[in-house]
Amino acid sequence: MTITAETTAVPTGTWQADTVHSSVTFEVPYAVATFSGSVSDFDATLADGRLTGAARIASIAVKDQNLEAHLLSPEFFDAERHPEVGFVTDRIRRNGDAVEVEGQITIKGITRPATLRGTIVGPTVDHFGKNRVGLRLETTVDRTEFDINWNMPLPSGEPALANEVTLKADLTLVGQDA
Amino acid sequence: MQILAISGSLRRHSNNTRLLRALREEAPEDVEITIWDGLKQLPHYDADDDVVPGPITVEAFRQLVREADAVVFATPEYNSSIPGALKNALDWGSRPLATNAFRNKPVAVIASSAGAFGAVWAAAELRKVLSAMGARVAEIELAVGHASEKFDAEGQLIDDDVRPGLRDVLTALIAETTPNLQAA
Repeated sequence: MTITAETTAVPTGTWQADTVHSSVTFEVPYAVATFSGSVSDFDATLADGRLTGAARIASIAVKDQNLEAHLLSPEFFDAERHPEVGFVTDRIRRNGDAVEVEGQITIKGITRPATLRGTIVGPTVDHFGKNRVGLRLETTVDRTEFDINWNMPLPSGEPALANEVTLKADLTLVGQDA
Repeated sequence: MQILAISGSLRRHSNNTRLLRALREEAPEDVEITIWDGLKQLPHYDADDDVVPGPITVEAFRQLVREADAVVFATPEYNSSIPGALKNALDWGSRPLATNAFRNKPVAVIASSAGAFGAVWAAAELRKVLSAMGARVAEIELAVGHASEKFDAEGQLIDDDVRPGLRDVLTALIAETTPNLQAA
């Protein structure tokens, strides 16, 4: 039973995202397929069982410069007034490799509760002797709850862009105490 | 504070231009409203001419927008939409799209027509175009119907019921220029 207890424990101490080996991305159904993008300037910390993260929305990257500008505009994230999106944890639960994180997401200055689900790997020692934890989390938010309402009707009358957006964080967290 | 005012009508006795003059009369002391009269001088948008720097009149227009703290429009309605000359100016102003002079610029839209509806479709169209360009469109609407009855022979606004609406537009637009204003 001791082994079970170890694999279900959320790592203690302080862990910070190695952003080179981490990513924060989003996916949203658009017309007939899925549109995706990423944010490169972010940080994330797991400290004493609480995960916090923030991303600078100006670093959003999609495959078109004009579309990036559109996403930064008041019609979408309004990055001039709300430069960061963020997440804070209320509770983390681990069951083997499965992990569930309950917390609050803030986008465009609006905070809503969210539950992130995914997997956790480690802690394990890497080839440089550092402790690492892998955390893959995902949640779906309704963008209109964050005042991101842009849309365009298809000829069928259906909206081109879905309201449900999947947010993904694939984090490599490095132990700061070791 | 500097507000650039753009009338969508080229007509000498345009009610929309007159509305902008009345708006200027309502401006607080620290707000200077400049009515732009260069709309007719812009060439037709042509991507072949859309180089750096662009045509002189176009660059002058973009510079005025950049220097303004906010921009207010007054538009008539032509065939359920905005006048071609105004759209042409916005097409020039929107280039290059990612860094255009209107991006994050607080803007407000006034509309007026001789008919009863006050060019509300044109106003909606103009708001849509400005949003697509990345402007910060103030949440205020002012549509002035039966506009030709609102002015005297000298073009002075004689219907005082319109003035509170003009002041509301200015208040909303000035609020949008406040740095780091949080969305309501």
